[in-house]
Parts: sequence; structure tokens; C-alpha cells
Amino acid sequence: MTVSRPKFGVIVFPGSNCDHDAYYTLKHVLHQDTRFLWHKNSSLEGVDVVILPGGFSYGDYLRCGAIARFSPIMKEVISFARAGGVVLGICNGFQILCEAGLLPGALLRNECLTFVCKFVHVRVEHAATRFTSVCASGEVLEIPIAHGEGNYFADESTLDQLERNNQILFRYVEQDGSITQRANPNGSVRNIAGIVNEGGNVMGLMPHPERASDPVLGHTDGQRIFLSVMKSVVSDEYIHDYTGAERS
Amino acid sequence: MIKTISEAFEPKVDIELALKHGLIEEEYEKILSILGRVPTYTELGIYSVMWSEHCSYKNSIAELKKLPRSGERLLVKAGEENAGLVDIGNGYAIAFKIESHNHPSAVEPYQGAATGVGGIMRDIFTMGARPIAALNSLRFGDLANPRTRYLLKGVVKGIGDYGNSFGVPTIAGDVYFDECYSENPLVNAMAVGIVKHDEIARAIAKGPGNIVMIVGSSTGRDGIHGATFASEEISDESESKRPSVQVGDPFTEKLLLEATLEVIRAGYVVGIQDLGAAGITCSASEMSAKGSCEMEIELDRVPIREKEMTGYEIMLSESQERMLLIVLPSHEQDVRQVFEKWDLRCQTIGKLKEGNALRVNYKGERIAEVPAQSLVLGGDAPVYYRESKEPEYIQHLRKFDPNSLPEPTDYNESLLKLLESPNICSRRWIISQYDTMVRTNTIIDVIGDAAVIRLKEFEKALAVKTDCNARYVFLNPYKGAQIAVAESARNVVCVGARPLAITNCLNFGNPYKPDIYWQFKESVRGIADACNVLNTPVTSGNVSFYNESPDGSIYPTPIIGMLGEINDVSKVISADFKNKGDIVLLLGQTIGDIGGSEYLKVIHGKVCGDAPSIDLYIEKRLHEACLEMINLSIVKSAHDLSEGGLAVALAECSLFAFAKGKSLGASISIPRPMRTDFALFSEDQSRILVTASETNLPKIKEISQRHQVTVRMLGEVIQDRIEVREKINLSVREASIAYYGSLERKVGVSS
Repeated sequence: MTVSRPKFGVIVFPGSNCDHDAYYTLKHVLHQDTRFLWHKNSSLEGVDVVILPGGFSYGDYLRCGAIARFSPIMKEVISFARAGGVVLGICNGFQILCEAGLLPGALLRNECLTFVCKFVHVRVEHAATRFTSVCASGEVLEIPIAHGEGNYFADESTLDQLERNNQILFRYVEQDGSITQRANPNGSVRNIAGIVNEGGNVMGLMPHPERASDPVLGHTDGQRIFLSVMKSVVSDEYIHDYTGAERS
Repeated sequence: MIKTISEAFEPKVDIELALKHGLIEEEYEKILSILGRVPTYTELGIYSVMWSEHCSYKNSIAELKKLPRSGERLLVKAGEENAGLVDIGNGYAIAFKIESHNHPSAVEPYQGAATGVGGIMRDIFTMGARPIAALNSLRFGDLANPRTRYLLKGVVKGIGDYGNSFGVPTIAGDVYFDECYSENPLVNAMAVGIVKHDEIARAIAKGPGNIVMIVGSSTGRDGIHGATFASEEISDESESKRPSVQVGDPFTEKLLLEATLEVIRAGYVVGIQDLGAAGITCSASEMSAKGSCEMEIELDRVPIREKEMTGYEIMLSESQERMLLIVLPSHEQDVRQVFEKWDLRCQTIGKLKEGNALRVNYKGERIAEVPAQSLVLGGDAPVYYRESKEPEYIQHLRKFDPNSLPEPTDYNESLLKLLESPNICSRRWIISQYDTMVRTNTIIDVIGDAAVIRLKEFEKALAVKTDCNARYVFLNPYKGAQIAVAESARNVVCVGARPLAITNCLNFGNPYKPDIYWQFKESVRGIADACNVLNTPVTSGNVSFYNESPDGSIYPTPIIGMLGEINDVSKVISADFKNKGDIVLLLGQTIGDIGGSEYLKVIHGKVCGDAPSIDLYIEKRLHEACLEMINLSIVKSAHDLSEGGLAVALAECSLFAFAKGKSLGASISIPRPMRTDFALFSEDQSRILVTASETNLPKIKEISQRHQVTVRMLGEVIQDRIEVREKINLSVREASIAYYGSLERKVGVSS
């Protein structure tokens, strides 16, 4: 299903702190119709894409994301996702999606046991998805991470299934695209940085694309993920207009 | 006279109890004369915290008044509000302040540092400003000492956990290691916020009939007498003061931030102050005194988190994440609704009346009734002029003859040793634990002297940095303090920012010792002179005395937090080398002052001599010249020369490029004929290393000449190697191994 002008909704949990960043990127850098959605509300207000932003929802004093998933709005997000709606969970948003059962696996404490904030390289594993369609398979993006619990874990059979279904969309790699232990900033199993659900409409990603989208800040690789999402929900005509406008 | 039933359960108030509270005899006499009676137990507690060094500045205020505290860009004078306010145009102002949390961090590094961050953030958003950046200035002992490693890890984790969760980027700071901080580390936290002129909130209680509300966390027994604890030396008994350390909750603080800004922007708030040191006592008395209003508080209404708290405890609790609001009665419901939306407590606990007393009622009794003015700085709080005397070590250490030192035989080895010195090596292990990018304003590729954040509100950017080489201040407090200001200004200049104003945190030993007080006075004089010449007034500050342990005092450490302004963010430059073939130039004069240098300490094991010379007018001209070059985009990189001198600065430009994936070095000759080690490692002030395309050399020379700044062409940027003619020849890779990973090796973690 496509729409002419996609509407983005950024969920605000108490303790979300990248909500404004996602909003700013979508609204002011990419000029999208974007609104905040308050966690106590029980309506998604007709948005086409839901963003679960980074931060420390409810302080993350329990397991990360464990409480946020019980927010009133999450009921709506879950049914939206089950109906095929596009959901992107970034960092804490990824953790919430795992807790909510929309994505398999869990995010454990970083292997180094400390919070890590830095730019990393991630490789696009499959370009034929709603979240990566403007990228090429194998393309390496430079996007920052900032988390204490981004160490992705799932059991072997789940991982094999993710591989078989092409659900692993991003892996931590060296600049040249090679997978090494050194390139893995948090100990994630099989260097996983982002995965998508079986339906291909729900993605969880530890790196922060919104932090690498504004040209003023010097990095724009993150835009490619948002542009892919935009492309997946709008008509071809709109995308043409959009990229045309950007070029001029 | 107030007589309370609870007196039966409370200690008898007399001079002995007053002394136990840290008051001195003459102060107790003064309380008796102000009240005309013996204070109640609660009142004694109130006076003891309000007249503690931490709240009253009694031993420092006479000197602090000598600092330049006004300027055309300052919207409030230093000390008038919770933080300084600088106008940055377009109807916006920047609020910024630095504050110490040394003593709590010495006994409980994680919570001590975390609540240091929380406290300074509240100082910013209580003014209606949204925090946009955090910085910190840290001092620890020798990393070979396991306790130092424990303190460092705890402090860094505390700062990171609090700031990261709260959602403000921690973008800059400075860290030094020296034995003098072994038992008494320094943790100074700085915050920067932005506010519209017409949304600035004030810490004032005015308008009889208005109500007093407490919002945020409930009140517990944590932190009672924290302010008093901060006003005494660290001793073997300090460990028992661990309960004086507060516990932080960044999640609640984040909610408190959003709710507070919401009620301020809606215009519901007449006055507001965060509850920090001395809790309700301090905020209530300071706000009432400022507004010349009487405040009556019903402590029974304060939400408490522990059973059977006494009035004394509630008044003195330093539980975190709380605010005191003065609200028009007509907006009471509105305020309540906002805090409920954010799931925060909000309780009306009192009202304002005509008069000037602070009245406190609890369980049907009046437990305190004191004139608010008598408690505060600027009112009846004591002011002391302490005796000062130049310490003997100063002249003794200056007798040192640098020419008596042997010259190194292997300069490669000397440079590598300096690059891995904990005071010079990469801070990556620390910085990567901080979220440096949240709020998407950080220009992250600016590696080097200062951090840069753009403003989203309108086109402008800020550069910020903290600085203080305390070894210089130890050797010469007057010059050392000047250098701290000059260097922090130079740091923001190097990225292309004009220095605007400073905040400062003055960390010293016991002010009752004449040699310590001399260090303090001289430092303040140095800061004042530097700020006057560099046109960077002091907007706010904090004094932390009693930084002593049984082993002695710390180095006098006046930390400067500098704010710089950038009009065109596209002009910003970083310190890393950019292109092979660029010319390497040195702006400023190399004299060879080796005293107090990192080289003396690391290579020769000596802390002696005098601090490097500084001429503030030369410094100012250097800034003007460098800013003109950056604004014309004729220099590609700029890096301040500091610890380790020219050789280290050169290597750093190369190592910063290495971090961005480029293997660029440089080949240079020494600037002037003199002893090579003095030429390469002296920390002469007012020098900046720049690179440029050769075509821009005439223009650079013209600008330098016009500003009377010495400029010398040293060499060029080359591939892979760091070379100083006939003395140093290293691969960038070798240098990177020394520089990156050194801290990790010393802390004992993998890099």
C-alpha cells in the first residue's frame, strides 16, 4: 500500500531522549509530515510509519524496554505492526521491540560492560527491504552507536532462521566491509546491528541513523535508511519529486 | 520564644552542639544575637548549612568581588541567579555554570559524580533554559594506585550514566592526574543551556499570597549535611560520611526537566529554584531573602520517602531531583496538571506573606522562625577576610636551573613517553562512555581543542572547553590562573570561536591556612586580570575549599569553563592535519620556558621552576589573528600548544588525522636555535600551530604582521611520518600506539 504523503509518528515514552532528534531529522532535515505520539495515548493518529526512538524509557532501571512495552500506546503499535504497518525501533526502540515480542532475540549488556558512543561501520546485508531499498547490498554506512546494552543475542536456531529469511539487515564491519571481531563494538552475536521481522515491516537497529542525517553535522549516511522507509510508503511520483527537490 | 514538644527528643542546643555542626564560637554568638534567644535544633541545623562555606562563600566572597562580573553581553551578574546568562542574539541567551562535587566523589565516586551532573543540570533548567551540553573537569591521583583507578572508573561511569540517561551530550572537559589528588579527586561538572530572553525564570519568592510548591522526587534522609561535609577536609572519618552523599535518578530528572520547562514557558511560575545543597532550607531562604517576602512552610505536606523523618531532617535533606516553585494561586491547578502528566509529585507546602521571616511548621509546632536575610550571602551570613602569606615552597622551587638538566639522548623515546603520559594521551576510553551526540547538535568531527555544537534555534554555534593546568598554578598562582583563562580562550579560538565569557570552579585547600589563602587570592587576581584583557567576564562560579587530606592540600586548581561564539558554522576548523603538502606554521613566540612542564615531570621527574610566562596582550592579539585567518578560511587546521609543547602538538595533529583514517605526519625544523629539548617541549604560552595551502602564506603573514604576532614556517605535512630535523623520526603508527590505548593500559582495560 502506498500513500502520497507519508505521516511519521515518533513515540514519546517518559525517558525517551532521542525523540526530538528523530523528529527533527524527519521534519526539518527530510521535510516529512511528523508528529509526536504520547505514550499514554491510545491512538496512532493515522500515521504511516511509527518510530520508537532511543533513550532510557522509564529510566531502564529494569531490563531495557521492559516497562515501555506495557505503555498504552504499545498496544496500538503492536496491532499496527501485526497489520503490516512500518515500525522502526532505534536503540532503546529496538530493545522495546524485542521486549514486545515484535522482534526475536534480546539486547544484553555490552561485552566491554561500559556504555559506548562512537561512529561505527555497518554493512547493508540486503537491499531489497523497506528499510534499505535505496542502498546497495554490501554497501557500508557510517552511523554512530550510543548504548550500554546493544549486545544482540538469540539462540542458534533463531539466528539460522534469521539468516535464511534474510532478516539480518545490518552487521558491524570494518570500513572495507569485512566482518571482524574488532569491528564489533558490543559483542553482538554474528556482528548483528539490525534485524527485521519476518514480515519485513518492523526493524530494530542499534545505531542511530538520525544522528547521521543532517549535513550540518557532517554525516548523512543515516538518511539512507529514512529515505528507504519513505520510498516504501509513498508513491513513485512522490519520491521522484522529493529527490528532484534535493538535487536542486 | 519557640518551645517545641519534640525538644524532648532532640539534642540540647548549646555551643558544643554548634561546634559539632561546624559553626565557630563567634558564629554561634551571632545567631544568639540575631534571634535574641537560643535557636531550636532545626534552626541550628539551618544556620549551620547556610553559613557553611559551600552556601555562604564566607571565606571567598570578599575576593570574588574583584572578578569582572559585568559586560554588555551579560544579562545577569555573577551570583545573582543560579547560573550566568549571556546574550547570544536573536532573543536567546546561554545559561552556563560549573560546580564541584569533589567530596561526595571522594567517598562514593559513582553517585558523587552522577549527582554532580544532576545538580548542575538543575541549575540550568531552573532558569528556564534547556540544557544542550555537559562538560566535566576531573583530577585524580596516580593511576598506579588501585584506589585512583577505582575512583576514575566510578566517576566516569557516574557522569556517563547520569548524562546519557538525562539526554544531554557530554562533549568536552579535561582530565589530569597527579599524586596531590590521590585522596581528594576533583569532579567539576559544567552545563550549558539555551533560553529565550522572555522565558527566563528567576530564583525569587515575591508576591504575598503566592503559594510555594515542591515538585519532583520525594524527600528522604540522603545528603543531610552534604553542604557541611563539603566544607571540611577529607580525613579518615570521611568514609563515615558516605550517607551524606546523595543518590541520583536521571530518569526523574529528565521528567522534571520537561515538566519544569513546560510550566515556566506557560507563564505559571513567579519564581523557581532547584533544591541542591542544603535542600529546602537553602532555596526557601535564598528566594525569600531575594524577594523580601515572608515564607511559611508546612513540612507535614512535603512528600517523604522514609518513615518518621524529623523536621530537621526534612529541612536539611539533599534528596535529588526536586524543585521549589512560587506560583500564583490561580495557576496551582495548571501546575499540578503538568506535573501529573509527567508522573511527578507536586505538592503545595506553603505560602508567601508580607514580612521577612522564614517560618517552618511541623506536626503542629513551629520548629523554626528566622529572618531569611540573616541566613544568606549578601545578608547576615558571615564574611571573613583571611590572612594570606606566600608559601615558602614558591621561592624554593624557583631556584631551579633548567640548564642543569641533561639533554635527552633519544628524542623519539622522549616524545613517545610524553604521548603516553596520562596527562597527554588520548581520552578515548573516557569520552566513548559519554553520549557525545544526543540532541544532534554536536559537530563531532571537530577533534582537538574545544567542542562545537550548533544551535537549532537560529544560525550560530558555540564552542566550549574547560581548562586548568594546576601545576602552573601551584608554581605561580597569579600566572597559572591567567594561563588557565588564556588557554581555555585559545582553545575555543582554535576552532574558530570568539571567547565570550567564563564560569569558574575554584578548588583549593583549607582557607584558614595562610599559604592556601594566598594561593586563592593570587589565583583570583590572575583570573580577573586575564578576563579583563581577554574581554571574557565571569558569569558564574563556585568555590570548593578544604580539598585536603592528611597528606596535604591539592594543587590550587581554578578550573575555567569557557564559552565561545561562532557566527558561521561552516568556518569551523579542527586540529587534525588535512592534506599532504600543506605548510606547517607556528603562530607565537617560542622562548623555551621549561618550568612546570610535563616534560620536566615525565622525563626528569621534577615539578619545579616558574610557570611559563604569559603576556595577556600578546595572547589577545594572537586570538584576533587566528580568528581572522579562520574566518577567511585560509588555514585548514589550528591546534593550541600546551602540555608537551611543540613536539606533542605536532604529533597530536597527526594523531587526530589518524583517528579519521588518514596517515599524515609532518616534517619540521625547530623554530629558533636553542636547546632542542627546550624548543620542542617547553610550554611557552600564546602559541598555535596551523596548517595551510602554501598559496595562502602571504595573506597569513600579512595578518600576523598586522596583529603583531610572530609567525614562523616550520615545515610541511607529509605522509606517514613525524619528523623534526635530525632529532625525531617516528612513524605515525608508532606514535598512535603510544597515544591511543595508553589510558586503557594504565586503567587495566582492553582498548
